Amino acid sequence: MKISEQWLRDWVDPALSTSALVHQITMAGLEVDAVETVAASFTDVVVGEITAMEKHPEADRLNVCTVSDGIGSHQVVCGAPNARVGTKVPFARIGASLKGAEGEPFKIRKAKLRGVESSGMLCSEAELQLSEAADGLMELPAAAPAGKPLEQYLKLDDSIIDIDLTPNRGDCLSVLGIAREVAAVNRIRIDENLLEKISAEVAAAHDETFPVKVMASADCPKFTSRIVRNVDLSQPTPVWMVERLRRSGIRSIDAAVDVTNYVMLELGQPMHAFDLDVLNGELQVRHAAAGETLTLLDETSIDLTDSSLVIADANGPLALAGIMGGLNSGVTSQTKNILFECAFFAPVPMAGRARHYGLHTDASHRFERGVDPDHQERAVHRATQLLIDICGGEPGPIDIQLDTATMPARPPVSVREQYVADLLGLQLSRDEIEQLLGLLDIRVEQVNKEGWRFNVPAHRFDVRREVDIIEEVARLYGYNKLPVTKPKAAIGFQPLPEKQRELGQIRQALLTMGFQEAITYSFVDGIKQAKLFPTLEGIDLANPIASDMGQMRVSLLPGLLQAMRYNQNRQQSRVRLFETGLRFIPVQQPAVNVVDTGARPPGRPADLAVSARIVQDKMLAGVLFGSPMPESRDAKARPVDFFDMKGNIEQLLAARTGHQDISYEPFDDDDGHYGAIFQQGQRCRIVRNSEETSKNQQSGGPEGKTIGYAGKLHPSALKNLDMNGPVFGFELRLSEVLATDLPQSRSISRYPEIRRDLAIIIEESISYQAVSELVRSAGGDYFQRQVLFDVYQGQNGEAAKGLELGMKSLGIGVVWQHPDRTLRDEEVQSAFNDIVSRLREQFGAVLRS
Amino acid sequence: MDNLEALLHEAQGSIQQAGDLKALEQIRVDYLGKKGHFAGLMSSLGKMSAEERPAFGARVNEAKAGVQHALNEARAQLESAALESQLSAEAIDITLPGRFQSSGKLHPVTRTMQRIEAFFTRCGYSVEEGPEIEDDYHNFEALNIPAHHPARAMHDTFYFDPGTLLRTHTSPVQVRVMESAKPPFRMICPGRVYRNDSDQTHTPMFHQVEGLLVDRQVSFADLKSTIVSFLREFFERDLEVRFRPSYFPFTEPSAEVDIEWGRDDQGQVRWLEVMGCGMVHPTVFEASGIDTTQYRGFAFGMGVERMAMLRYGVNDLRQFFENDLRFLNQF
Repeated sequence: MKISEQWLRDWVDPALSTSALVHQITMAGLEVDAVETVAASFTDVVVGEITAMEKHPEADRLNVCTVSDGIGSHQVVCGAPNARVGTKVPFARIGASLKGAEGEPFKIRKAKLRGVESSGMLCSEAELQLSEAADGLMELPAAAPAGKPLEQYLKLDDSIIDIDLTPNRGDCLSVLGIAREVAAVNRIRIDENLLEKISAEVAAAHDETFPVKVMASADCPKFTSRIVRNVDLSQPTPVWMVERLRRSGIRSIDAAVDVTNYVMLELGQPMHAFDLDVLNGELQVRHAAAGETLTLLDETSIDLTDSSLVIADANGPLALAGIMGGLNSGVTSQTKNILFECAFFAPVPMAGRARHYGLHTDASHRFERGVDPDHQERAVHRATQLLIDICGGEPGPIDIQLDTATMPARPPVSVREQYVADLLGLQLSRDEIEQLLGLLDIRVEQVNKEGWRFNVPAHRFDVRREVDIIEEVARLYGYNKLPVTKPKAAIGFQPLPEKQRELGQIRQALLTMGFQEAITYSFVDGIKQAKLFPTLEGIDLANPIASDMGQMRVSLLPGLLQAMRYNQNRQQSRVRLFETGLRFIPVQQPAVNVVDTGARPPGRPADLAVSARIVQDKMLAGVLFGSPMPESRDAKARPVDFFDMKGNIEQLLAARTGHQDISYEPFDDDDGHYGAIFQQGQRCRIVRNSEETSKNQQSGGPEGKTIGYAGKLHPSALKNLDMNGPVFGFELRLSEVLATDLPQSRSISRYPEIRRDLAIIIEESISYQAVSELVRSAGGDYFQRQVLFDVYQGQNGEAAKGLELGMKSLGIGVVWQHPDRTLRDEEVQSAFNDIVSRLREQFGAVLRS
Repeated sequence: MDNLEALLHEAQGSIQQAGDLKALEQIRVDYLGKKGHFAGLMSSLGKMSAEERPAFGARVNEAKAGVQHALNEARAQLESAALESQLSAEAIDITLPGRFQSSGKLHPVTRTMQRIEAFFTRCGYSVEEGPEIEDDYHNFEALNIPAHHPARAMHDTFYFDPGTLLRTHTSPVQVRVMESAKPPFRMICPGRVYRNDSDQTHTPMFHQVEGLLVDRQVSFADLKSTIVSFLREFFERDLEVRFRPSYFPFTEPSAEVDIEWGRDDQGQVRWLEVMGCGMVHPTVFEASGIDTTQYRGFAFGMGVERMAMLRYGVNDLRQFFENDLRFLNQF
């Protein structure tokens, strides 16, 4: 909300500079966003009067005006369409200094325009930076004294204070509201005479009222109205009112509208003025019927729904209650008789009504936050007085429709003295507390053993509970003066689970392998995602910020790939990225009445738990492109391949204790959801086998647990994403990466190891994993480990030298060791022979000579 | 005995001229070997008188020792020269770069979040996480933000259906912990949050760390000290911190926290808003079944991106989610 500092100081005028005052307002909890000047600084601009005017001899659109500045006459060439003899306008004399649009100063000099001499300039509002209006000269009231410096006449020695109010402080959406706060903080009173003056009742000149029927009193507990007959709306709004409205960002329309806006700014009470003569029958405050329509003041037509509250007459809706008036019932320049409307619309039903129509008005903003339910009569009297002062008229009595049952209750608030001290960590005396609250007109209703009961003024409808009162005490005492103490709460020890690695360790391991951490949006382009994961249905946002950010990710890979593409497009030849975060997958089966099991107090509505409908898993994913190592002088540049990535995964998982239980297995297109994103033949499931599952496997039972997928990005995925390849990616369940075993130490043999190397030729289609499992099982009791030291096979459909087509050679070193003695040669030889014969039987392997 | 003298002289000359270890060895064999010149001399001993023998023998041995010494010295010299030349042949340009896997960097948001977590975990806070797709109850209702509340409009919520949304803050995690465990609590809840807003200073997703402390004796004074200590530790500066009354539906009293951040043209302290905080509203406790006659609490929250921007001088919020390697590599 913007208010004029001068206006505020009419109400309360502490001896403070503007910046000190602004600081104080901010520190009271009413955050000042900005302090703006009222106009650009200028000199020697005065009220001028156009006393004569003739056409420019050489230019159709220019006039040659004679302008009086009260002392003498000046010839000024002017192109404004509204230049007329007799009007008063701002006149920048020769030597005047003004500011250009960019703030650059310029001086007014004598000039010739198309051969005619011009001594000075007539100004628009924009030229003086009073407003944006640049379509003509600023017209000053006829009574403006020619020659008076404009800044004095318009009282431009003022600042606009722009306050960003929190939603609880609806009471401060007015000059009066801010003034109350400034007064309280400075321990002074607002100007009581002024309050008395604006609260003065305006006696009725006749007893005519307009019939009103409130049919929705829960929405509208109070509705007041007043007829004012015989007003002369041709009378202009006085310049002081126009200026105050302008400084709050409201344009002057006519006296009746200006008065209602002025009262809204002054007291915080929105009002509306109807043209009495277009009203038909009685006024009704009611819910709209579906199918009704209304054309609003801004000439938009809306379709009403039964949740809307309208003010209607016999012909139908006239205004959207508390939000905006209608076009056909508002005052016009022809209006002779006015009906003021001034209501208390209850905040809860008001919520969301304006937004429903895409509207947000000064009135709806105030009613949603709450207005003082007690001061409608005062607002009507004030508006009446202001209107009569400008354009005469005879007011009737104020008609009040009040439903006390639906008016907000204002029970006194109990406050415990000890609780104030406990909550703030500050011991204040009873007197101090009462005095602080007294500054806000929060008065003791009753004193009791524990503390008090306080009465809260009607305009502080936000103060309802003990803590609300305590906050007011703290605020007026000063947050920054409140004590500072170290928390005394008992030390809580946090659990330290060793079978769980910290995420930081995982991240660090990936950084060391050259991966850069990325953070991508959790919502992605649904169409692109569906191409990568056609078997998973992503969850769509109802109101996405953009269509390519409309669906929750089912995997971290789409976002990472997009980030990779972003970097590829910026000439990055090597990109390795990883991310951790949630993926969102809807539960396939329709969940039936699964209720969140969170302990909640009785009476709380049971809702279908989100967790029963959507699985939100924490994942770790990475993508790789370009050379496996940074470019250097000796490493031969080659693109990253499957085994570079697999090595990274193995290294990551090897840091777990007990990582031997991990296996990498090929999978089919319809096995899991990674069949489309990764290409067949260069992809794997990553499986964790517990002791139990590996036994199962031998007996054909259930397999180990899939903890992730990895592979080469499918060529069609690359094409869809318009990316360069080859690109590899992996995605793992984070919980599985974090899980580790508690190390269990075993005794170490003091006897030598014996190693035998074995070179076999087998068919290419037999996996190393199958061979190594067999070696292990055939290796005998003292088998320790094996190492693959050579793979030799043909490429691109051609046989390797010395091998038949489709065959490969594997070199495997096998190591034996006995725990308690040195192994004998023949023991080792026998185990070696077992391996060879089993390999021959199982896979047709032959020893390479 | 000119012969012996001459032999010694000759041997020494050969040794001096020997260019390598092989030549030296040949000299040793030639002179000191079983069939060498000195052996020959010694064989002439038999022809000498018994009186002459000892003296001659001693002289021969002396000469042999002399040759041996000269050989040793020459060998040492040659070896050291060979080592020298080997070393100099092995010399490299040590200014060439080493071989290494490039190291990635943590995302600045993660880095900042870890720093915040480190402070609070050292103070005994636990780190709690929760779902990002939330229900209306946990995100709003349980936090004293009923359906009609004007604060809802400020949250610009992303919805899936009327009851399901992307959490707008990490406070629902606190609600879930309070529902399922017993006080006292000390926790922080870091994570992603979402608001439907995108411009120069807003991204539709950002990160928050929110904290909650619930215990029997907790006051606003404790809150102030926690916040001030944290901010001074985080920025490693004794900066001024001020508390300004504000409003959040879930705390009362509520405060915005500003830090001094340089001075403006007029020499006035520039205050920057960095956090919000307050004493937990009794309505929030009541919703989660916490006995307000026994327990009080404070809560605070901050935007991680804002903290990262201040700490590392990032001036465009949107850079955080572009994932440009040139940006990320700086942290």
